[in-house]
Amino acid sequence: MNAIEVRHLTRRFGNFVAVNDVSFDVRAGEIFGFLGSNGAGKSTTIRMLCGLLQPTSGSATVGGIDVVRDPEGVKRRIGYMSQRFSLYEALTVDQNIAFFGGVYGLSRERLARRRDFVLEIAGLRGRENELTHALAGGWRQRLALGCAILHEPPIVFLDEPTGGVDPLSRRRFWRLIEDLAASGVAVLVTTHYLDEAEHCERIAIIQAGRLAAHGTVDELKAIFASRPILEVRAADAVGAMRTLDEMPEVEKTSIFGTAVHAVLRNAATDVQTIASRLEAKGITILSCGIVAPSLEDVFLDVAERSAA
Amino acid sequence: MITGLWKTIAVARKELRQIRRDRRTLLILLFVPAFFLLIYGYALNFDIRHVRLALQDNDRSAVSRELVSAFVNSGYFDLVGEAPNPQSIDDLLDRGDARAVLVIPVRFGADVAAGRQTLVQFLVDGDNANTATTVVGYAMGLVNAQSQRYELQARIGSPAGPILNVEPRVWYNPELRSTLFLVPGLIAYIAMLTAVVSTALSIVREKEAGTMEQVRMSPIGPVPYVLGKTAPYFVVSLISSMSIVVAAIILFDMPMRGSWLVLVGIVSLFLVGALAFGLLISSIADSQQVAFQVVLLTSFLPTLMLSGFIFPIASMPTFLQVVTRIVPARYFLVALRGIVLKGVGPADFLPDVIALVIYAVVILALASVRVRRQWA
Repeated sequence: MNAIEVRHLTRRFGNFVAVNDVSFDVRAGEIFGFLGSNGAGKSTTIRMLCGLLQPTSGSATVGGIDVVRDPEGVKRRIGYMSQRFSLYEALTVDQNIAFFGGVYGLSRERLARRRDFVLEIAGLRGRENELTHALAGGWRQRLALGCAILHEPPIVFLDEPTGGVDPLSRRRFWRLIEDLAASGVAVLVTTHYLDEAEHCERIAIIQAGRLAAHGTVDELKAIFASRPILEVRAADAVGAMRTLDEMPEVEKTSIFGTAVHAVLRNAATDVQTIASRLEAKGITILSCGIVAPSLEDVFLDVAERSAA
Repeated sequence: MITGLWKTIAVARKELRQIRRDRRTLLILLFVPAFFLLIYGYALNFDIRHVRLALQDNDRSAVSRELVSAFVNSGYFDLVGEAPNPQSIDDLLDRGDARAVLVIPVRFGADVAAGRQTLVQFLVDGDNANTATTVVGYAMGLVNAQSQRYELQARIGSPAGPILNVEPRVWYNPELRSTLFLVPGLIAYIAMLTAVVSTALSIVREKEAGTMEQVRMSPIGPVPYVLGKTAPYFVVSLISSMSIVVAAIILFDMPMRGSWLVLVGIVSLFLVGALAFGLLISSIADSQQVAFQVVLLTSFLPTLMLSGFIFPIASMPTFLQVVTRIVPARYFLVALRGIVLKGVGPADFLPDVIALVIYAVVILALASVRVRRQWA
């Protein structure tokens, strides 16, 4: 049995279809990435899986529990943390832990043990009596995660958990998530940061409420197997992009930082020919070569296709 | 059931800690009631005494002096000066040196002695209509009393008392001190303030901070959550309102003629309705600002204007009188004044108790429907 099983899940708000016939599975011990732009339907899906929102049609089980029939049972088996790191700012670290322990109905002994664990992972030992609102982002984030998993849930939902946190704290946070998954917890995480999605074993890309692509990172990158990506760095990136767009070998182009990525129609296309044709148009090339597709390439490709 | 109880306690404990940490809420809960009591008790006084009276006595007879002393001895008027001519009357009133002027005509004494009808003129500064009406009332009373005496003297020739007289007896508040009338209203006002505002704001604040969503994702039902959140405010509001009663007894010699138990019972009943109303508002409003404005319009103003706290309901236009029927403070005030000033029991204000029960039940039902729908 999978930790999360989603079948044809659909949610309408009036005429608007927020989530449209979405199906996927999340296995125990897996980090599952849920990617999509704002308003794509990520949060609506999570809210249905947490038992907060009734699906219009379709079904889902979380920890083997039907989300429609027993939302309370689902809530006992999940941990949830949102991008807002929702803690009580007027309370101390310890008081927050005590409150969430009480809400989850932990016994005194279990709370004492779990409190130790939370202080440990958050790195807040010795700062138990500090007010939460005075903590910096990284600490708040890890404390919020700790409070969300006080009751040792087998399934954890993280809704954009790394917003507004410095890169070092982000890395530390991901280490925690990986530890959690290694202990057998199923983690469903939504994110904007495509570099972070590389931490995920499997990914679902949701676009306008539909599941646009779905699989392991390598599986997703396979859509570029016969369409190599040419990366061109030029003094005039926009000029290079325009010229590339006019070439019949090029399927499409996009700007990546200071470079241009061109998706080629054929794996046999000669890079050198393209480079010389660019130079013939008066474009100074700094570097030019085939690169491995990144998740960002995948995301843009999927987004464009599902929009078409 | 037992776990629900523990969860309720966890929420209540958290709420108390938050209240203690949150200076603004603490200020609303503790100092505002005290502040209001002092303002209303000392400053807001509808009794009118020591009205500054100027005199233009054109007669200067024994009879005219008698009339003037009747004014001064009543305690309502202080003689501040004489107006020698009509122009000076204007000056005195314009400058506010006098609020009223008594003009006694020439030959006033002679006319009275002869039993002829005579007129005195009484000029009142009408910039405050309420005050002016009351002052005119005092003056009429005084002049009538004098007039009756002279009439009798003229008729039977001896300075005896009047044949027919009214001896007014005012029960429950013999000195007609408006403080005694106002304090029960103040209790209603403060109970409303602490209960509705703090409940509504504390829940909306959790919505704003996102902690509400976090709690909804955890296995706690709406009932333990709402109970845990409102119980501390119930206790605080009850303490707050009862301290107003005690403070009024100490500071303003307010009597407490009824049963304390009945008083606590009625205040609690009123608070349940008020907390439920706060809950209802919190389920409609999404920001503290909106919540506060809704509270202001739907409970502050009605409690202040339409409950009979300051303005008597009987003298309102019929339309407004109908509106006051849905203001719970109206019934609460009748019960409070009954207990505190008259010492009567619930049997004497049963319709008001029933109205309060209906209000509490209806609002509680509405609030629980709304909260359940939001909780999902």
